[in-house]
Amino acid sequence: MKKDTSLCYHFFKPSLGDPKMKISGQEVEHVALLARLKFSQAEKERFTTQLNSILEYMDKLKELDTSQVEPTFHAVTRKNVFREDQVLPSSPQDLTLSNAPDGDRGFFRVPKIIE
Amino acid sequence: MNLYEMTAHRLHDLLARKEITSRELTESVLKRVEEVEGRIHAYITLTPDMALEQAVAADLRIQKGEAEPLTGIPLAVKDVICTRGVRTTCGSHILENFIPPYDATVTEKLKAAGAVFIGKTNMDEFAMGSSTENSFYGPSRNPWDLDRIPGGSSGGSAAAVAADECIVSLGSDTGGSIRQPAACCGVVGMKPTYGRVSRYGLVAFASSLDQIGPFSKDVRDTALLLNAISGHEPRDSTSVDLPVPDYTRALGGDVRGMVLGVPQETFGKGIDPEVAGSVREAIEVLIKLGAKIVDVSLPHSDYALAVYYIIAPCEASSNLARYDGVKYGFRAGGGEDLLDMYQETRWQGFGAEVKRRIMLGTYALSAGYYDAYYLKASRVRTLIRKDFEEAFRRCDALILPTAPTPAFRLGEKVDDPLQMYLSDIFTIPCNLAGLPGLSLPCGFTGEGLPIGLQILGNFFQEEKILRVAWAFEQNTEHHLRKPIL
Repeated sequence: MKKDTSLCYHFFKPSLGDPKMKISGQEVEHVALLARLKFSQAEKERFTTQLNSILEYMDKLKELDTSQVEPTFHAVTRKNVFREDQVLPSSPQDLTLSNAPDGDRGFFRVPKIIE
Repeated sequence: MNLYEMTAHRLHDLLARKEITSRELTESVLKRVEEVEGRIHAYITLTPDMALEQAVAADLRIQKGEAEPLTGIPLAVKDVICTRGVRTTCGSHILENFIPPYDATVTEKLKAAGAVFIGKTNMDEFAMGSSTENSFYGPSRNPWDLDRIPGGSSGGSAAAVAADECIVSLGSDTGGSIRQPAACCGVVGMKPTYGRVSRYGLVAFASSLDQIGPFSKDVRDTALLLNAISGHEPRDSTSVDLPVPDYTRALGGDVRGMVLGVPQETFGKGIDPEVAGSVREAIEVLIKLGAKIVDVSLPHSDYALAVYYIIAPCEASSNLARYDGVKYGFRAGGGEDLLDMYQETRWQGFGAEVKRRIMLGTYALSAGYYDAYYLKASRVRTLIRKDFEEAFRRCDALILPTAPTPAFRLGEKVDDPLQMYLSDIFTIPCNLAGLPGLSLPCGFTGEGLPIGLQILGNFFQEEKILRVAWAFEQNTEHHLRKPIL
C-alpha cells in the first residue's frame, strides 16, 4: 500500500479529547510522521505520557502577559551577512561521497522516490 | 608532580625552556589514559598515533623557538566538533562511522597553534542531556566518585581534564553543557558570549544557543584557550566581528571596586544546602577581596526552563532533520520505500532523549501550536534577556551556583526527564540571553564532591568574568585538589 507522504502539509486540528491531556496518542502519531520517526506501541505510550508531563510544565508560560513583547530569535543579532558572489573551491566529489551509505558513479543512491 | 597533572601554562614554560619535550608529555598523558580510562570512559575515540606525530612536529617548532602557548599541549575535543579524518559521532549511533571531510574552525585553529589531539570525548547524544548517560557509547564516570555522573552533555571533556587524561579540552554549551559538568568534576569551564567562537564544524543542536568553550584546570588555561579559539570567521555567519583581546591580561588583578550581583531568586529553588553554603562562603571570600555585593533580581528566572525546553527542541527538530540516511551516517536497510528508510533510519539511529526532543520541537512548531509554544517562548526569552540588561546596569558580573546539586548517581534521574532538566536551572538563562558564563570550583561536599561557582557577565565581557574568577581562585585552594584514582 502506498503511503501518503503528503501528510507533512496537512493541517492537523487539536484533539478535543480529555482536556487534561495536552497531546493524545493520535497526535503523537501525527507528529512522529512529520518528524519522520516511528515508534513501537510501548514506546508510543511512554512518549505520550512523558510529552504530556513536559507540556503541562510549559503551561507556566501562560502566566505571563507577552502581548506587548517582541520575540527574540537570536541572542546577538546580525543582519544580512553577505559575501561577494565569487566562485570558491567546494568539496571534491570523492570526499563528499566518502560517507555515503550507498554511492554509485558519483551519486547518492536511495530508494525510488517517484513511481 | 607528574607531567600529566600540570596546567598548560606551566607545561608551556617547561617546553619553552626545553626542560621537557612534547613527546615526553604526550607519552605521559597517553600512559595516564591507559591507567584510568577503563574506569572513567571519558573518550569515544582515542588518537594516540596522530597525537605522537603532532607531538614530534610540535617539538620541531619549539626547537626553532616558534612555540605558541598551546604548542605541544595534549588536549581533547568533544565528539560534537568535526575533526577531519577522525570519526565524529556526536555520541550517537546514527553517526557511528561518520568521518568528517573537514575540520571545524576551532580544530583548525588548535592544529595551527600546534596542539596535540589525544582524542574525541564522550557526550550525551547530540548534546542533549545533563549527565552523559544519553551517550550511545555508554556513560562517562565522575573521577571524584565513579558511581556518579560527570555532568553533561560535555561529561567526557570535563572528566578527561579532572582525571588528567588531557591537559585541557573543548566542550559545547547550549543550556549549561560546559558549566554544569565543570561543576560536577571540579574543573573550570566557560561558555563564551554567543558569536565569540565560530560554530563552523560544530554539529548543530540549537543554533541560537550553541557555543564552543574550554575546560581547564585553572583560570589561566581558560584564558589561553579562549585566545586560541575566539574570533570572527566568515563561514559562521553568526560569529561576531569584534577583535579578540588577550584574555590573559584580565588576570593578575583584583576585584576591589567591582560590583557583583547575587540573583535573589537563586537560594530558593530546591538547592542543596551544601551547595548553598559553599556559594555563600565564596561570596564572603569575594567581599574580603574587596568586591561589593548587591542583591539583584532576575524576575523571570522561574520561566527559563520552560522557555529553553521549547526553543532548544524546536531548533533541534530542524537541525536533526538532516539525519536521514541519504548522504552520510547510518542507513537502515530493508525498507519498502523512501519514507520507510527515513523512519527506520531515524528510529534505529536516534536514542530516546533525542527522539523525545525532536517530537517536542516538531509539535511546538507545527501548525496550530507554533503561536502557543515557540512564539510564546520567544517572547518570554525577550523578558529574560531584559532581566539581565537591568541587572547589569547595577553590577559588573553575577555570582550564583552553577548547579542546584552536586553530581548525582548514575541512573538516578534517567527515568524522569523533567527531573533531569532541572539540573540546568542556573545555567540555561544565560544561553537564552547569549551571555558569557564560567564555572569554577568553590568547595566540596562532606562526601568529597565538587561544587561549582558560576560567574556571568554582560556581552563580550569575558575579561571581567576572568578577573573575578582568577582573583577567587588564587585566594582559595579548591583548584589544587585532585581526585584519587
